[in-house]
This record gives sequence, structure tokens and C-alpha cells, in this order.
Amino acid sequence: MGGTFPRARTAIAGLATYGLGEAPGFSSIELAAKAGLTAVADAGLTLRDVDALFICLPDDFFAGLSFAQYLGLSPRFTDNNRTGGSAFMSHVATAAVMLAQGYIDCALIAYGSNQRSAGGKLATPFKSNPWEAPYRSLFPISSYALAAARHFHEFGTTREQLAEVAVAARGWANTNPEAFAKGPLSIEDCLSARMISSPLGVRDCCLVTDGAAAIVMTRADRARDLAKPPVAVLGAAAATWYSAISQADDLTTTAAAESGPRAYEMAGIAPHEVDVVQLYDAFTINPILFLEDLGFCPKGEGGRFVSGGRIGPGGARPVNTDGGGLSCAHPGMNGLLAIVEVARQLRGEAANQLARAEIGLAHGSGGTLSSQATVIFGGAGAL
Amino acid sequence: MTSPETHWRDALAQGRLLLQRATGSGATFFPPRLIEPGTGETDLEWIEASGLGTVYSVTIINQKPPANPYNVVLVDLDEGPRVMSRVEGPGEVFIGLRVRAQIDRSKEPILLFERA
Repeated sequence: MGGTFPRARTAIAGLATYGLGEAPGFSSIELAAKAGLTAVADAGLTLRDVDALFICLPDDFFAGLSFAQYLGLSPRFTDNNRTGGSAFMSHVATAAVMLAQGYIDCALIAYGSNQRSAGGKLATPFKSNPWEAPYRSLFPISSYALAAARHFHEFGTTREQLAEVAVAARGWANTNPEAFAKGPLSIEDCLSARMISSPLGVRDCCLVTDGAAAIVMTRADRARDLAKPPVAVLGAAAATWYSAISQADDLTTTAAAESGPRAYEMAGIAPHEVDVVQLYDAFTINPILFLEDLGFCPKGEGGRFVSGGRIGPGGARPVNTDGGGLSCAHPGMNGLLAIVEVARQLRGEAANQLARAEIGLAHGSGGTLSSQATVIFGGAGAL
Repeated sequence: MTSPETHWRDALAQGRLLLQRATGSGATFFPPRLIEPGTGETDLEWIEASGLGTVYSVTIINQKPPANPYNVVLVDLDEGPRVMSRVEGPGEVFIGLRVRAQIDRSKEPILLFERA
């Protein structure tokens, strides 16, 4: 375990999403800039207040430089972390430590992608490695399929239980005006959908959409005096265990089993105290793995845990209350959208607002279950 | 010195499946590296793998007809390391299936498996 963390000394002061779903004609950086500027305004700040940029774009390895130039800023610190969908949770960790230390004063964390309008496929420069590519493993779905197949084998998890995850996400999306995929979706619809890489079918896969998100972070004392209720950062931890799926020691346990406990310890929080849970759901197996690894249910029980609508609207353990990547939006590397939804819940302004939303957890996954990062937030009462 | 990856591929082209072992710890690992992962030790030797292993996980990939589905497996070699591959030949491929390495050198040499 380890590391000290400046618990509750920094906060999300502003947030925004933009162009979720389809944003034809916009480039990825334009979408990110629009979300970024909206988040700055949401905080009651101006662009000139921003002195640190954290960004990752699907199609630009030097996105930090491009973003600084686009905004016309000369940041004191620029971070271009590329751990995939977990990058933004790492951004929050870096920004929190730097803010608390006084190294920077105002961090803008942004993401944008036009992957749907630009081609309709997942836009990522991340590919199979030379040891896996010759076997024509579909990237990235087959990696998750191998994990799911092993989970089925060891714990008796079923395709019906995977379908529960997709159906719950659709339930939340149906009452979220921002969500892209709406309409009825049944367990049977999921089971009869085209199989791609067994045991994962079409309905086990997240969407491919456009979209952008951004947050602004400052020290907590400043955030208290800004325009919106501050969302305190209580703990943030990242863990990388491998890159290629064949290098995982155990396909049914992810590095969330490390990042989660470290984040909980920093925050002084136990899983049962978490009200709002956002888990990067690239595929339906992911929330099952993460619910186990983050301590919401025992290892192997994830499939049974999500059954009976438990994580959907009206369920005992709401998960991905915006509809997640499966039904709300998935512009690739979805971590920042998970953070924004947690922050909206803790500010009391989510589309599917939960009655109790004091503590929230946002979990991102990068690569092929390879890199995991967890951030725990508290509402204004935590400051 | 030769690059470990080049050494491994040269052996594969001769029909041999090699693995690296750290003599101090006895740990066998794959893919080939300049160091023992986790320790950085350089006391490495090449060993000839038995070629026997067990399917750890499997996925069947569906293609648009008339192309046939094919499998992608993770195989736990008896020596310890795990590799991605494909099991050739008729019959169901399932977790726990015992398999034997079969190096296909008809094109770019590739490590495949068949039922043991």
C-alpha cells in the first residue's frame, strides 16, 4: 500500500461534456476545447486562470502541445499520459498532488474524440503486439472475451449475467437526455445478438460515439469560493500490471484490486460507504470484474451480484447512472466521462440523480484490462 | 550479443520452441527479454520447451460467412509461461484441453498447437 495523498485538499471546481453521440464536422481537439472552455466557465473562472493542462487525444500523440497551442496558453505543466481509459484518473492524481504542493494553481483536464463521425470505429493507436497479432485476435474485444471465458469457467458466470450489465446501462440511458443509445433492450435481445468473439456478442460491446469531457481542478479553499459546489478529491491511485492480455497472471483479477484498496486507504473510505459508482464498461465483463476487485462483492460473485437488476435504475447498487459506455456515450478512453458523472451526482445535478450521493468512485481501465485507476470523491460536505 | 527476440525467432524458424530461464530464481518466462522481469537479473539461459501445455482460456471469433470461425487461445506451457496461440484441427477447444506445440514453417514461422 502506499503513498501519501492530499485528501480533500483539492476539488473539481468545474465540469462539462460536449457533443456526446454524434458531432459531425468537428475534430477531436475542437470537441476537447469546447468541453474545456465550458468547464472553465462552469467553475466561474477564465481561460487565463488555467496554468496546467492534462489531455490525451485518440489521434494525437502530442495532444498536450496541440491543446496548449489551440487554447493559446503557456502552461506551467503539460501532461500527456497515455494509459488509455485510465489516463484521466491518473491525471486527477497528478493534478491533486501538484495543486496541493503549490506547483500549479489550476488544472484543466480534457478529452475529445470524433471517432464516430471520423470513421465509426474505435480510434486508438494501441494495437496487438507482435506476440499476439499473428493469431488475429480481434483488438481489443478478444482480450476481454478471453477474460470473460475464464471467469465463466472459474465462477459459473453466464451470458445472461453479462446481459444484465447491458440492460442496466440502457435503463439509465433511457432517462438521460445526453445518452446516445435509447429504447427498450431485454436480456433476450442481448443473448440473440450477433456473437463476435465468444462469449461476447454485439450487445456486450460499448458504443462508438463522438464526444468530449473536461474538468477543472483547484485547491479546495479556492474551489469553495467559486461558482459551483466543489467536489473533493479524497483519494486517487493507479496500477499497471501488464500490457498484453497474455501477460496477465490471472485473467479474472485486474489491477483494480490494487488501485481500489490504495484509493480507499487514502480516502479513509470503505466500499460500503460509496454511494455513486462509475466503472469504465468497455465490455459487459468489465463492471463484473471491477465490482469484485473494488470490493463491492467477493471475487467470483460479480455475475450473480449484477443479476435481478441490482445495478440498474431502482436497484440496490446503482452503477453507471449515466448509461455508461454501453448506452450513454463512448468516445474511446472513457475515464473522464465517469469522473464527470460522479461529480454531477455529488453536486446534485445528474440526469438520474440518486437520493444519496455523498461519496463517489470513478474507475478507469486502460489497454486491455492492463492499467487500472480509481478516484474517490466526496461532496461539498467532505471539505 | 544477439537480441533475445531475434534468437527466439531464429530458433522457431528451425522448428525449435525456446524459453528463457533465470538460473538464480529458476523462473521461466516469455516473451524473450534481456533481463528476468521483476528482478532485472541477467543470469539467463535458453531451454528447450517440451511443447506441452494446457488451454487457459479460449475465444471463438466469428467471421462473415463463408469465412469459418477460428479460435484464439491462451496456453499455459508446462514450463510455466503463458502464450497466445491457436489450436489447429477438428474438435471443440475448451479450457483445460491438453495441447502440443506445432510450429508451422510454411510461411512466416508461427507457434501453433494441436491436441496432445
